[in-house]
Amino acid sequence: MTFQAADTRRSPFPINWPARAGWLALALYTAWAATQLDFNWTRFVSGLGNLERFLARMFPPNFGGDKWELIVKGLTESLEIAVIASALAIVIALPVGLMAARNLSPVWLSWPTRMLVALFRSFHAVIVAIVFVKALGFGAIAGIAALVVASVGFIAKLFAEAIEEISLRQVEAVRASGASFANVLIYGVLPQVFGRFLGFCSYQLDSNLRNSTMVGIVGAGGIGGTLFSAFQSFDYDFVLAILLCIIALIFAGEMLSGFLRAVFLDNATLSAWWARRRRASSAVARGAEE
Amino acid sequence: MNRAADPSGAGREWQRFSPEQRLIRFACYFIGVAALVMSLRHLEFEPAFLTDAPAQIQDFFVRMWPLDTAYYGQSVHAALIETLNIATLGTLLAVVMAFPLGILAAGNLVPFAPINLLARLMLVASRSVNSLVWALLFIAVFGPGALAGTLAIAFRSIGFVGKLFGEALEESQPGPVDALTAAGAPRISVFMKGVWPQVKPAFWSIVLFRWDINVRESAVLGLVGAGGIGMAMDSAMNLFRWDQVAVVLLTIFAVVVVAEVVVTVVRKHTL
Repeated sequence: MTFQAADTRRSPFPINWPARAGWLALALYTAWAATQLDFNWTRFVSGLGNLERFLARMFPPNFGGDKWELIVKGLTESLEIAVIASALAIVIALPVGLMAARNLSPVWLSWPTRMLVALFRSFHAVIVAIVFVKALGFGAIAGIAALVVASVGFIAKLFAEAIEEISLRQVEAVRASGASFANVLIYGVLPQVFGRFLGFCSYQLDSNLRNSTMVGIVGAGGIGGTLFSAFQSFDYDFVLAILLCIIALIFAGEMLSGFLRAVFLDNATLSAWWARRRRASSAVARGAEE
Repeated sequence: MNRAADPSGAGREWQRFSPEQRLIRFACYFIGVAALVMSLRHLEFEPAFLTDAPAQIQDFFVRMWPLDTAYYGQSVHAALIETLNIATLGTLLAVVMAFPLGILAAGNLVPFAPINLLARLMLVASRSVNSLVWALLFIAVFGPGALAGTLAIAFRSIGFVGKLFGEALEESQPGPVDALTAAGAPRISVFMKGVWPQVKPAFWSIVLFRWDINVRESAVLGLVGAGGIGMAMDSAMNLFRWDQVAVVLLTIFAVVVVAEVVVTVVRKHTL
């Protein structure tokens, strides 16, 4: 019996023809789409000249006098929009999420709720803000309403998914003891998911802070309006000042949201943090001695 | 969940949180409520706006009906195609730029901390500017139109794709890399055959996820003049043609739903 190794041997790295076809299709699409969108080299080069002038007018950022007052006023309003919208959204999303969870709610309730949540989620906050500017007039109320809609869509969806993953043993145990539906929720369901719920809320607080700086572009209050009018009047050094302040606010929001998640999801405490730091520094000290 | 009581104290009452945990939670709640109260008191409300809101909302829906379906053929369809092209090209451009940045940000592939830090800083800078602001910046440079929109989508997405790709790279197992290095493979081969197969599913799922988000975001960019379906919405709104605005809104909704279905199906079948 002869074993024909040469015939049965496979290449260890065979050529993946479907993948190559995919890459080719992607390249063709890119070329086609670029012509569709009217991209060309001359436009790009002339844009680079503009970029130079644009950057020259941006620096140094203009924080002076009345500009600074405008920034503070806009940022405060954005912050207030974000706080109020998050609070309202949390209050609304809790029952909506419960109603949308398929393991707790009957089908006739969960399906319409899920559709509503999907509808809320599918529009960008700025588009929702346009609709509310029409309905509620210019100003912060429209921004709050828009962010509430977007936030309820986000929190309620994730909350409903979290509820659908809970263990039903605890729910059955509470129910078997003769608890009412409200008690089943409070003692059987919520303790399992409340930490995650607060985690989603802290994410959304962060995201609302970002969006509250943008809804002003369509007239829904906050610093976005100041930014947009600065852009339209080619006041680019003021634009840069506003952008730097927005970025600082967003960083602060990200840190706050991370802190809240550490407290409510990981049960972080200051003493534990200090103990960890002391251990780390003493380990470093020991390492230095050795 | 932490147990506050130590196991030796048998007769003690069980408490879910230690006093310090309770205190810090209470402080968080308190500060939250205080911030809410301060915001409510400081923010200037115009009560007249709230009282006539129901009438305004009713008026809004009345004006939307009947839908001006002819508007779809006139300008919404072309704008929709432009939006999808902006989202897709923007995502591709972002991937091309985020790929090297993600590698530079991964500490296990580039074991040199200053470069990691620099790459991460660039990714953070990209993420912390909203796509609308990127759009305004690129409009100032390249003029209004789809080019500004595509670049805005791309620059906003670099941070997202690069951060998640870098994290996926850092979670990859060192075994295959060590084996290939020991066999004397060149560095390109080590990456292509040792690292890339491990992160490929994560990479494509990040790209798909970002494309889904970008379809949503590119619908807004037209409001500031960066091309796409937002332009059609903006011009209809400036003319108070709410029946046309309703057509645009329905189109956006349909596209977002279709994009989500496409992403789910592709993910299920290929990843």
